[in-house]
Amino acid sequence: MAITPPEQRVWWNEPVEKTEVLWVTIALVWALVMFFMMPYWHFAGEQNLSNEAYRVKPDAYLAKVEASAEKHKVREEGTTGIPVVRPPVGGDAYLLGRQFQWWPVLELKKGATYRLHMSSMDVQHGFSLLPENINIQVHPEYEMILKVTPTRSGSYGILCNEYCGTGHHIMTGKIYVTDN
Amino acid sequence: MAEFRTCPETGLKVDLAAEKLIKWNAVTSVVFLLVGGLFGLLVALTRWPEVHLLGADLYYLVLTGHGLDILLVWVIFFEMVLLYFTSAILLNARLVAPTLGWVQYGLMLVGAAITNVAVLQGDSSVMFTSYVPLKAAPHFYLGIILFAVGALIGCGIFFATLVTAKKEKTFEGSMPLVTFGAMVAAIIAVFTIATGAVILIPTLLWSAGIIPHIDSLLYKVVWWGMGHSSQQINVSAHIACWYGIAAILFGAKPLSEKVSRMAFFLYILFLQLASAHHLLVEPGLSSEYKIFNTSYALYMAVLGSMIHGLTVPGSVEAAMRKKGYNKGLFEWLRKAPWGNPVFSGMAISVVTFGFLGGISGVVIGTEQLNLIMHNTMYVPGHFHTTVGSGTTLAFMAMAYWAVPTLWQRELFAPGLAKWAPYLFGLGVSFVGVFQMGAGTLGAPRRHWDMTLADATIGYDLPAASFLMMGMNGVAALAASLGGAIFILNMVGTILIGKRKTAAAAPAPAAPAPAGVSGHGEGVSVPGTFVLAIIFLITFVLYYFVNWKYLASVWPLS
Repeated sequence: MAITPPEQRVWWNEPVEKTEVLWVTIALVWALVMFFMMPYWHFAGEQNLSNEAYRVKPDAYLAKVEASAEKHKVREEGTTGIPVVRPPVGGDAYLLGRQFQWWPVLELKKGATYRLHMSSMDVQHGFSLLPENINIQVHPEYEMILKVTPTRSGSYGILCNEYCGTGHHIMTGKIYVTDN
Repeated sequence: MAEFRTCPETGLKVDLAAEKLIKWNAVTSVVFLLVGGLFGLLVALTRWPEVHLLGADLYYLVLTGHGLDILLVWVIFFEMVLLYFTSAILLNARLVAPTLGWVQYGLMLVGAAITNVAVLQGDSSVMFTSYVPLKAAPHFYLGIILFAVGALIGCGIFFATLVTAKKEKTFEGSMPLVTFGAMVAAIIAVFTIATGAVILIPTLLWSAGIIPHIDSLLYKVVWWGMGHSSQQINVSAHIACWYGIAAILFGAKPLSEKVSRMAFFLYILFLQLASAHHLLVEPGLSSEYKIFNTSYALYMAVLGSMIHGLTVPGSVEAAMRKKGYNKGLFEWLRKAPWGNPVFSGMAISVVTFGFLGGISGVVIGTEQLNLIMHNTMYVPGHFHTTVGSGTTLAFMAMAYWAVPTLWQRELFAPGLAKWAPYLFGLGVSFVGVFQMGAGTLGAPRRHWDMTLADATIGYDLPAASFLMMGMNGVAALAASLGGAIFILNMVGTILIGKRKTAAAAPAPAAPAPAGVSGHGEGVSVPGTFVLAIIFLITFVLYYFVNWKYLASVWPLS
């Protein structure tokens, strides 16, 4: 029994069941398949996180985001006063997370590829792009750069999905994707 | 000099000092299960869109308490019970240093209390993960550290008792498999607690204003070395419970000692690397690092769990077949004692841990697939099916046997107890399923208001995700009822349960005759093998469905 010592004094000498050998083999093969899927997707798949990130001071990052917003602002989002920024096609798009807002609103072109920069001003935030359901962690003092290619036009919501303080649930943002 | 009694039911020699410690740790664990469970019910009632019970501040407070009391306090107090039981009692030995055992108990109790006070004071709602630079009060971290030191002392007593038992020859040959499983849990606990010290002590100093800055990414890398491994203590401990229950109820012996022990051993070797799978969408870590670590160095820890998934039901099947339940593939399963909460709890724990917790864990632990799940409701869906209907249910099943046996009293409400594992186990399983569903639709975890009513820029989550969160509330109510029956039974049995008369005790299950475990032709446990293949097919299909889902989102690199 499992609650009494094994029959053989040395457990290593206990016989092995045939069913177990079969199952361990099957499970091992499956584990290998799963392992190889990850490097395989880096070659064959299109959804892989970038390895590009830099250390950055929150103030320095804020300055970059504001400069970009000033240069490429096209309008304001409703009555919120938040600028809608249309970064150059194929260029750098900046987004920052802070308690409790994603800033600014971005307007991207369908099919174009952007270098999307993300960082946080204060604590960790979660970038959750809906309804795509792309979820990325955003840290203070790290600027992550991600090449993204929007494939469908429309308006997208950004939620914060890392708890970041009492206003966590009002931390939202927006991305527009236009056809032309 | 240690004093002993002989358990009339099992024939085990029971060290009275160990028994007392077991009782106190067990009672305390159940108290924290009650507190943490109540917090959990409040969380579920707040996330139920039509009910939306608590205000935001109180909700985040209660959610922090729920995570801490269930993931840490309840399970680790119960694991202390298992460590004392599987060392002193199963080995017929004396518990080494029982006085130190009280230090373990005291430190853990004081630590848990301090942290709970910090949470209830309201300025430490930083969630179980307490990611810096979000800051809690210093005594929040201090309580966790004291609790961990207590647990470390418990592990030390366990190891010392193993060594002493061996030296004093209280048992023959190798230690029992259940004790081996507990030993694996204790080994993992030691390096988990060491990792926790490396990160929590500086965090305490930072919170107290002594250290100016902690890097948020570094914190997370080290924190998960504790955070995830601590859950692997649970896995080892609850699998030990599965084997223990199979032995107690059916006199089952493992299909083979070698395979089961090697599967436990895989946890020690490979799981510390696994902590990195919490960092799959972080900046600043390379894909190579993520792939190597998420693979658990070749998914070896997953392999361990898949092996136990076969060998535990396999040992039950083998034992039942020996008793003559040989008809067809599944007579052994149909004729199992489904009305006994010890068995039904264990069976539901095995199935939901494997099918729901295991498969979802591998999916969110895959480098790219994590993108579509990270920090959505899918994540709590995963751990409710591993820690809830997996670990907690297995511990409850064990307690339904252990508490009446240790206290020598009849179970308080056996009629109700019959239903409890179904209510709790299936309730929590559905909590997990609905949470995974809502997460797949984009609902964020830890979020107070999914209508986003007060947000500057609104967004409408799909109606189906609201439905899922409502169903989550209903399932949580069922689970709470099952949990309440468990607690009622434990408290009732201890306080006012009818004393057992020694004469009425049934004889211990006879050990199976040696060498009849079916080394004949073909598969010796065909029913279990068929179930395992069904599991594998589910796993493969679900895994690739998620890759297909991933392939439909925006290309990014």
